[in-house]
Amino acid sequence: MSTDMNIVHDLASREYEWGFVTQIEEDRIRKGLDEDVIRTISTKKQEPEFMLEWRLNAYRYWAQQERAQAEPKWANVTFPPIDYQDIAYYSAPKQKKVLNSLDELDPEILRTYEKLGIPLAEQKLLANVAVDAVFDSVSVATTFKEKLAELGIIFCSFSEAVKNHPELVKKYLGSVVPHTDNFYAALNAAVFSDGSFVYVPKGVRCPMELSTYFRINAAETGQFERTLIIADEGAYVSYLEGCTAPMRDENQLHAAVVELVALDNAQIRYSTVQNWYPGDKNGKGGIYNFVTKRGKCLGRNSKISWTQVETGSAITWKYPSCILQGDNSVGEFYSVALTNNYQQADTGTKMIHLGKNTKSTIVSKGISAGHGQNTYRGMVKIMKGAEGARNYTQCDSLLIGDKCGAHTFPYIEVKNSSARMEHEAATSKIGEDQLFYLQQRGLKTEDAVSMIVNGFCKQVFRELPMEFAVEAQKLLSISLEGSVG
Amino acid sequence: MSLLEIKNLHVNVGGNEILKGIDLTVNAGEVHSIMGPNGSGKSTLAQVLARRDAYHVTEGSITFEGRDLLEMKPEEAACEGVFLAFQYPVEIPGIGNTYFLRSALNAQRKYRGQEEMDAMDFLPMFREKLALLEMDDKLMNRSLNEGFSGGEKKRNEILQMAVLEPRLAILDETDSGLDIDALRIVANGVNSLRSPERAMLVVTHYQRLLNYIVPDFVHVLVDGRIVRSGGKELALELEEKGYGWTEHEQTVGARA
Ligand SMILES: Nc1ncnc2c1ncn2[C@@H]1O[C@H](COP(=O)(O)OP(=O)(O)O)[C@@H](O)[C@H]1O
Ligand SMILES: [Mg+2]
Repeated sequence: MSTDMNIVHDLASREYEWGFVTQIEEDRIRKGLDEDVIRTISTKKQEPEFMLEWRLNAYRYWAQQERAQAEPKWANVTFPPIDYQDIAYYSAPKQKKVLNSLDELDPEILRTYEKLGIPLAEQKLLANVAVDAVFDSVSVATTFKEKLAELGIIFCSFSEAVKNHPELVKKYLGSVVPHTDNFYAALNAAVFSDGSFVYVPKGVRCPMELSTYFRINAAETGQFERTLIIADEGAYVSYLEGCTAPMRDENQLHAAVVELVALDNAQIRYSTVQNWYPGDKNGKGGIYNFVTKRGKCLGRNSKISWTQVETGSAITWKYPSCILQGDNSVGEFYSVALTNNYQQADTGTKMIHLGKNTKSTIVSKGISAGHGQNTYRGMVKIMKGAEGARNYTQCDSLLIGDKCGAHTFPYIEVKNSSARMEHEAATSKIGEDQLFYLQQRGLKTEDAVSMIVNGFCKQVFRELPMEFAVEAQKLLSISLEGSVG
Repeated sequence: MSLLEIKNLHVNVGGNEILKGIDLTVNAGEVHSIMGPNGSGKSTLAQVLARRDAYHVTEGSITFEGRDLLEMKPEEAACEGVFLAFQYPVEIPGIGNTYFLRSALNAQRKYRGQEEMDAMDFLPMFREKLALLEMDDKLMNRSLNEGFSGGEKKRNEILQMAVLEPRLAILDETDSGLDIDALRIVANGVNSLRSPERAMLVVTHYQRLLNYIVPDFVHVLVDGRIVRSGGKELALELEEKGYGWTEHEQTVGARA
């Protein structure tokens, strides 16, 4: 047993391998938040007037909320108050001029993405994945842009979309998550600096995975990106985001907003592999991941699926949701959330049924290890007009060790009696007998645990695009290291 | 050197002494049967040999191929060639049978410094073993033991043994829950694995199994002690007279 303890010790002290810092010249603005800062951001981004107005509107709302101390307090997480004046809201790698090709990108940044396993140089591109790389506050590269453009697909940074497709931005920005939605959404609307934009035109099936890779590099900054994806009638797109950050002793704030819009017969698959720095094994440092993600099934027969694998961040506060407005529309939420050491997660989904015969599926798998606290919070709302709505919810928790916690808060609100609701929930501990069974066949403790956990998550992993399912499994195993004593 | 040597083994479980001084020597090529009434400590012995943590050895020693087995972790013992067919195999959701078995085999091969087996090499071998145990390969696409009947679980244990080819196989009540046809198939599988390099410890409550797997030695375990040892005819005697007979003998022996 003593050798066991040694292995556990070794693994627990293993470092977060994405925790390095890139040395690069930054263009950043002073710390603090006021109307001047908003104007500066908008100017730096050379935005049209409507964007500045939109930001200022959001800022004023947020400032009011802040004075009223109206940060959401209902989540099952604890952290010291955040000083919003002690954060710099814009940081970008200094670039001499507009880039004509990737060859002109700062080689340090290229190297950073290569180290992260996300090659941006054209000759090394992943064959079937187009990538938008967001470094601190700005998008630094988008691959396969031209190829997608041939099909009429727009895949670019948010800044470019504002410049080149203002009519689409104007129409859909804030249409799913208005700035009044919540405190962090308001903050994001005021200061967001970049993100990804996708538009898939009528009847087009996007032939490759679109993905954004978010990287926080600069210290004492927040990252506030915004993603907007629109699938026009009959369109299909599968989108994936991944994220990492350096290891730092202080906590960093990440408050993103994602809006999805699916028109008639359109389908959007949105997958997240979230691996922000979780803090060290004593709970020092790490990212506060306070994110608002929502999709609107606006059209008939439309479908939006969220799949998330959340292994990183000190605190995760996130509820990717679906508004099922179109008749026969479908919303899905598949989630794996893992908390190890002192991580906290309060995550789940909202499914709002408005249209007739709308259908939603929720599968949530929470894994708690170490001192981790894992909360599932879900809301299923069947509105009056949602004749024949159906929901299936399954939410399972797995505990590793006896110092961690799992909590579930499922809320259900039904205003139409024809609704059919199914709910299943289970909490289990990794059984000593399961572990022993696998060890008796020759598997090491760590491998046995990760096999059991991966088995537990299988229902979710099989929803991920193939390439990423493998990554997600590896990530889960790494995140679990040191969790078995 | 014997394959397995157990000397004066005392074992505590949950504060109670369950094994009270076991001596047993098993050589390569031999099949030993451990018989005894319910609660006599048969599974305890099996679990200790597989190095289960909750079973505390308070006295005595076990060597396996001359090495101290008690120093080994469960996975080491497994990789050294100790295999336990469980009395109650567990179900593990989400892990495919085939995937699991190949991972286990490769973990053992890696331990022994052998090359890992890829799916191309694994599958033909695996099919052979499936055929040996007359198992439907549809079962293999399911999760580990999930939704298997009692008999299918037991067969799956022997299938795993056939793939992993251990040096010492411990079968804990593999016959319970099997109908007569399944029993014949399982026994067939076990017999085909008998070899001069391999030893087996067949734990059973009933003599029935020993009609199919004929042991070289039979030991009777009562209340944590081996009270009698003999050849295969001992099993028949036991069947006839019941365990009460050995218990009587034990008390007589103790008085003398
Ligand atoms: N995990 C355990 N905790 C407490 N007592 C146990 C445990 N396992 C076995 N025992 C006890 O040890 C004794 C022997 O059990 P076991 O080895 O399973 O017997 P057998 O396999 O011969 O039926 C029984 O009295 C049983 O209740
Ligand atoms: Mg038993």
